[in-house]
Amino acid sequence: MDNDLSRRGFLSQTLTGLSAAWMSAHWPAMLSAATHARQAAQSTALPKFEFFSSEQAAEIDAISARIIPTTDTPGAHEAGVIFFIDRALATFAKVDQKTYAAGLPELQARTHEMFPGTQKFSAASPEQQDQILQSLDAQSAAATGGRRSRRGAAAQSFFETVRVHTVMGFLIDPDSDKRGNLDAVGWKVIGREPEHMFQPPFGFYDKDYPGWQPNPPDAEKNKS
Amino acid sequence: MTLDQPKYKTTDEVDFVIIGSGAAGGILAKELSGNGFRVVVLEQGPYLTEKDFVHDEIKVLNQDLLTNHPELQPTTFRKTPQDKAKPQRALVYGRLVGGTSTHFTANFWRFHEIDFIERSKVGPIPGATLSDWPITYADLEPYYTKVEWEIGVSGLAGASPFDPPRSKPYPMPPLPVKSSGVIFERAARKMGWHPFPAPMAILSQPRPGRSACVNCGFCLGFGCEVGAKSSSLATAIRMAEKTGRCEIRPNSYVHRIELDANGRATGAVYFDAQRNVQRQKAKAVVVCANGAETPRLLLLSANKQFPEGLANSSGFVGKNLMLNSGGVTTAVFEEPLNDYKGFAVSRILHDFYELDPDKVGFHGGGGLDARFDMTPISFALGSLPPGTPRWGKAFKEGLSHNFTRTCEIFGHGTSLPVENNSFSLDPDLKDAWGLPALRLTYKDHPDDLKLSAWLNARSAELLDAAGAKKMWAPPVQEQQFAVHLLGTCRMGTDPKTSVINSDHQTHDVKNLFLCDGSSLVTSGRGQPTMTIEALAFRAADRITALAKLGDLPA
Repeated sequence: MDNDLSRRGFLSQTLTGLSAAWMSAHWPAMLSAATHARQAAQSTALPKFEFFSSEQAAEIDAISARIIPTTDTPGAHEAGVIFFIDRALATFAKVDQKTYAAGLPELQARTHEMFPGTQKFSAASPEQQDQILQSLDAQSAAATGGRRSRRGAAAQSFFETVRVHTVMGFLIDPDSDKRGNLDAVGWKVIGREPEHMFQPPFGFYDKDYPGWQPNPPDAEKNKS
Repeated sequence: MTLDQPKYKTTDEVDFVIIGSGAAGGILAKELSGNGFRVVVLEQGPYLTEKDFVHDEIKVLNQDLLTNHPELQPTTFRKTPQDKAKPQRALVYGRLVGGTSTHFTANFWRFHEIDFIERSKVGPIPGATLSDWPITYADLEPYYTKVEWEIGVSGLAGASPFDPPRSKPYPMPPLPVKSSGVIFERAARKMGWHPFPAPMAILSQPRPGRSACVNCGFCLGFGCEVGAKSSSLATAIRMAEKTGRCEIRPNSYVHRIELDANGRATGAVYFDAQRNVQRQKAKAVVVCANGAETPRLLLLSANKQFPEGLANSSGFVGKNLMLNSGGVTTAVFEEPLNDYKGFAVSRILHDFYELDPDKVGFHGGGGLDARFDMTPISFALGSLPPGTPRWGKAFKEGLSHNFTRTCEIFGHGTSLPVENNSFSLDPDLKDAWGLPALRLTYKDHPDDLKLSAWLNARSAELLDAAGAKKMWAPPVQEQQFAVHLLGTCRMGTDPKTSVINSDHQTHDVKNLFLCDGSSLVTSGRGQPTMTIEALAFRAADRITALAKLGDLPA
C-alpha cells in the first residue's frame, strides 16, 4: 500500500513539466526510477550496527570524517559512511574484517605513541587525527606503491581499506541496499544530481549548441 | 524469457547448438532460428534482465555482477612464450545472456575498406602476421546496414568525409550532444579536423519494447535498465525467442566439443548450474564464445585426431591476438560539463584512420572520441589530477570541483597481429570447475606503442585548442589486460595460416563454425563490435545456404 502510494506520488511529481510524448517514450525508465525511489523510502530508519561495537564504530567514524571531512558541505559522517562500512564488513566485504580487527588496536597504539595521554583516536583533535592518519598513510602508500585502480581493487593496509570504503560509502548509489550516501549527500557534494534520468542540455558547453553544422568543405581532407 | 521458448532435450539432435549468446551468438540465434532451424544457445553465465541492472557500482563493477569472476575463473599473464605466466586478472568479458554487449560503451564504427586489404596496400611489416581478409568491405556492407536497422544504431550518415560508402542512412538520428562533444567539435575544427556525431548502438528514439536512452549516466560497465543499449539481450535474443524454435539455456559452461568417427562434431559437452555434465546433441556447432573462450574451448577439445586442439591443424588457434592500441587523456575545464549525464560518447573523428607510415614513422591508424565514462566511485578512486591529495579537505574539494568539469579524450587504434600474442591454456592454474585457466601472452608490436603515443599527442593538441585548464595522460605502456579479444581464430583462404574460411566454417571440421572477435583478421581502429555483428549476420546467411545445399550433415 505504502509502496503503491509512494510510486504514484513519484510518478505524478515527475509528470509535472514533462510532455506526454516524452513520458510515453520513457515509461519503462519511469517505472525503474520509481523502484529506486521506493527502495530509498523504505530505508529511512537509523540502522543498528551489525559488525562494530559502538566504541569501534566511533573510531572508524572519526577516521572517515578526516578522509572526507565536514566543511561547509556534508562529509563522510553526514553521509552515514560508518553504517555503510559496518554492513560491508557483515556482507560483501567480510574478507576485510581481519584488516579492521588488526587495524583498530594499531590505531590506538599509534595514538598513544604520538599523543601520550590521549585515550582514543576519536578523542584527539582534528589536527592530531590528521597527523596520526598521515603516519598510517605513509606506510600504506609505501605498501601499495601508490597504485590506483578504476575498479577499486581490494586495498591492503588498514588506512587504505578505510579510505576506499569511505569513498564507496560516500558515493554509492543511495538507492542501493548498501546504506551509504544517505539522502544522496555525497552525490550532492560532488555535483551529481540524484536522479537516474536526464534531458539535454546537460552542461555549460552544450546549452547554447546551435545544432549540427556539416564540416566545411576541405580539399585537404586526406592529409595526415 | 518468453513463453515461446521451446525446451529441447539434450538427446534431441537440434539443428544448431550455439555456444555463447553475446554480440555474435545472439544474432546467429536470431537468424538461424528465424530461417526455420531448431537452435539451442548454451550460455555460461546467468539470464539477467532489465530489473537486475542496478546502479550499484560495488555490485556491478567490484563484484562482477555481469562479468567473468577472477576467483571462479582465474587467469595468468606473461609477455612472451619464454616467460612463466603469473596469476593476475588478464581479461574482462560479459558473462551473462547477451555477453559483453550488455555492458559495452556501444561505439559502433564500421570498419573502412582499408581494414580488409591493408596487407596488399602496405606490404609486409616486420614482426607482424598482417594478412588480407578473404572478404572485402563491399561484401560486408549490406550486413553493416542490417546491424544498424535491425539491432538499432543511432548516427548521422555523410557527416564524416572519411566514412566508407553506405547503402542506407542510419535508422535514427544521433544521440544528443554532450558538453564534452561540443568542446571536442569546436576544438577539432580549429585544428582543421573533421569531428562528427558518434555512431552509437544506443537508441535515440524508442522502439517496440525498448525505451530511448534516458541519459541515466551508468552506461559503460552497466546493463541498461530501459533496454536502450542495443545489446544482444535487448534485441536479437528476444527476437530469437519469439521464433518459438530457439532455446536460451543459461548457466551452461561448455568445455568440450566432441567428434564422431567421421570427424564430424556431434554437439557440446557442458557443466549445468549444478556442475553436472550434460551433452547437447546437434547437427552442427557454432562457437561464439568470444576471442578468448572460443580458442580455449578448441584447445580444451583436443583429441586423437587433433592433439594440438580441435580445428587447429594450422596451429593458429589462440594466436595473432589483437587488443587494439590507444590511450586516454583526461582534462578539466573551467565550467561544469555535467558529462556524467548520458551515455559515454557523442563526438568522434576519423582524420587519422589511415596514417602515412613515411610521414609518421610507424604503421597503423586510429580515431579519437570525447567522453566521460566514469561513475562516482570509480571517478573518486582513479580520475583526479595527479598530485591531488588522496584524502582530507583538498581531496574533497578536488572531487567537488572536478566531477562535473572532467572529460576524457580516448585514442583508439590498430593492433598489428603478432603470432606470439595469444590466449592459451595455463599448464598449472585451474578454474573452479577444474578446467585449465586462460593464459594471456602479449607484447604490443612496437608500431602499436608509437601509434598510441601519437594519438595521445593529438588529444593533447585538441584539449589545448579547447582551452582545458588541466590535462594529463598516463605514459604509454605495454598492455597486460584484455578487453577487445580479436584475431585468435582468424578467417582466411589458406588452411595453413587461418582457422576458418570465409563462411566461418573451420577448415578442419565441416560442421563446426566459429564467429566472434576471434574471426577478425585485422583489428580495425578500435571498435570491433559492429564488425563482429555484421559478420554474424553474414555468417548466418552463409551457414543457411550451406545447410540448404545439403552441405551440412543431416
